[in-house]
Amino acid sequence: MSFDVQRVRADFPVLAEIINDKPLVYLDSANTSQKPNSVIDAMTQFMQHGYAPTNRSAYQLAADATDKFEGARAKVAAFINAPKVHEIIYTKNATEALNLIVRSWGTANLSAGDAVVLTHMEHHANIVPWQMLAAERGFTIRWVPLTSDGLLDLSNLDTLLDGAKAFSFTAMSNVLGTINPTAELCAAAHKAGAIAIVDACQAVPHMPTDVQAWDADFVTFSSHKMVGPSGLGILWGRESLLDAMPPFLGGGNMISDVKLEGFTYAELPAKFEAGTQPVIEAIGLGAAVDYLTAIGMDNVRAHEQDITVLALNSLNDRFGSDITIHGSTDAALRGATISFAYRDVHPHDISQVLDQNNVCVRAGHHCAKPLMRLLGANATVRASFYLYNTPSDVTALCDALSEAGDFFTL
Amino acid sequence: MPGLEDLYREIILDHYKSPRNRGSLEPPAVRSEGHNPLCGDEIEVFLIVKDGIVDEIKIGGQGCSISQSSASMMSAAVKGKPVEQARALIHRFKHMMSIDEGGEEPDTSAPLGDLEALQGVVKFPVRIKCAVLSWNTLAEALDIAAE
Repeated sequence: MSFDVQRVRADFPVLAEIINDKPLVYLDSANTSQKPNSVIDAMTQFMQHGYAPTNRSAYQLAADATDKFEGARAKVAAFINAPKVHEIIYTKNATEALNLIVRSWGTANLSAGDAVVLTHMEHHANIVPWQMLAAERGFTIRWVPLTSDGLLDLSNLDTLLDGAKAFSFTAMSNVLGTINPTAELCAAAHKAGAIAIVDACQAVPHMPTDVQAWDADFVTFSSHKMVGPSGLGILWGRESLLDAMPPFLGGGNMISDVKLEGFTYAELPAKFEAGTQPVIEAIGLGAAVDYLTAIGMDNVRAHEQDITVLALNSLNDRFGSDITIHGSTDAALRGATISFAYRDVHPHDISQVLDQNNVCVRAGHHCAKPLMRLLGANATVRASFYLYNTPSDVTALCDALSEAGDFFTL
Repeated sequence: MPGLEDLYREIILDHYKSPRNRGSLEPPAVRSEGHNPLCGDEIEVFLIVKDGIVDEIKIGGQGCSISQSSASMMSAAVKGKPVEQARALIHRFKHMMSIDEGGEEPDTSAPLGDLEALQGVVKFPVRIKCAVLSWNTLAEALDIAAE
């Protein structure tokens, strides 16, 4: 199927919004993505015609709701080529999925003298949970450094991994756009006897994902970044690991039996799904997966690569030495998330001028403060593109940036 | 929709480009630090209080034009003033930023001077935190100095 960005745009009603007489230029999809009609409709239809509790009541409506809820799980499993559907765990968000791994697997496996390896480009969600447990357990955290062009510096990886029990890293940086060699990193972890945990929040929405080809042990991502609704994250884990782990949250749905003396827990996936689940959101994510599958993730990646090349070239051509783009200049090594500094103008002030033109970017530290310190910046401007962005969005960004430059000429 | 000129008044850009009382002070000056966790802006306030007067104030850190100019104007406004007057100004400024801390309505009879220019920030709710950051940091520094 050929990719037609205008047809894609027509599927996303918010992109037709006119705010203060100007069209919306949404360049904040690394933050969260917009939603197509098919997702909105699936959720609305379900609420209008099919909503009921899942996995507990015996009537027809509840049975149908359960089928749809579990059907969405199967769609997600197929989307990332998970070997087994019950290896897909619904969580509140990707942050909770990472916390689940750290609290459940980490508590059972990490103690003083152990080491976990992270990278210098991680989101806080893949740093702070480890630091919290490290403070309790006394294990050490080692950091994979970066090269000057924003790639992982793998020259000492084997030394860093030596004796480590886990290597947890992002598949794609949410600041630099760097796409990491995930399969290679998983192999290096396994060679050292460590498990490989992949934060795939920025990867799953933007390129084909195959957890088996990666040979990962855990993979986490969020629904809301892949045209699905907020309020839902996904943890995929190897069945053998998930089976061996203690439950994370306790309560309803996750138990097999409860007595005054104690409880036994349910089989996967319910074991890790305490309480009423985000049923409507799961239906929405199922529709999002259908949507992305119909378009084709290869097409999404190809489109974003084209936009990345255009954006990098346009920004460099128009602003030359006034602009510093962080990360790799090679579109093959990066996604369509572009962080930059513009002269001495503070990112907050740039985003204010851009906002006057309805150009929506993120200005800030992007929940990656260790990386920001490495870049020597308190904040950057980040423009992030997705399947619905066009070359004219790139032009709008450049025009607005030019206006910001005029306004703040110091 | 409010325009850029409502936010970025000339006097604000002047304070941004030429910040007043920029620098640091060695102990026994007190130091407090403020962070805006949303955008990563950082403000440091160094303060010497002598005989109930804000004898010396210096501002460090980095941030956007609004947070930096607000800090610069603030330092100019409180330097040499009695601590009680500085606290009253903090209350008044936050009130102007539509932050309700309870307590009495601030006395608005005295002219605000340059600070008046920051009034436009209220029309840009996202930026209120930028404008208020240094004032909260000053309040903390005054508390430390009073210990």
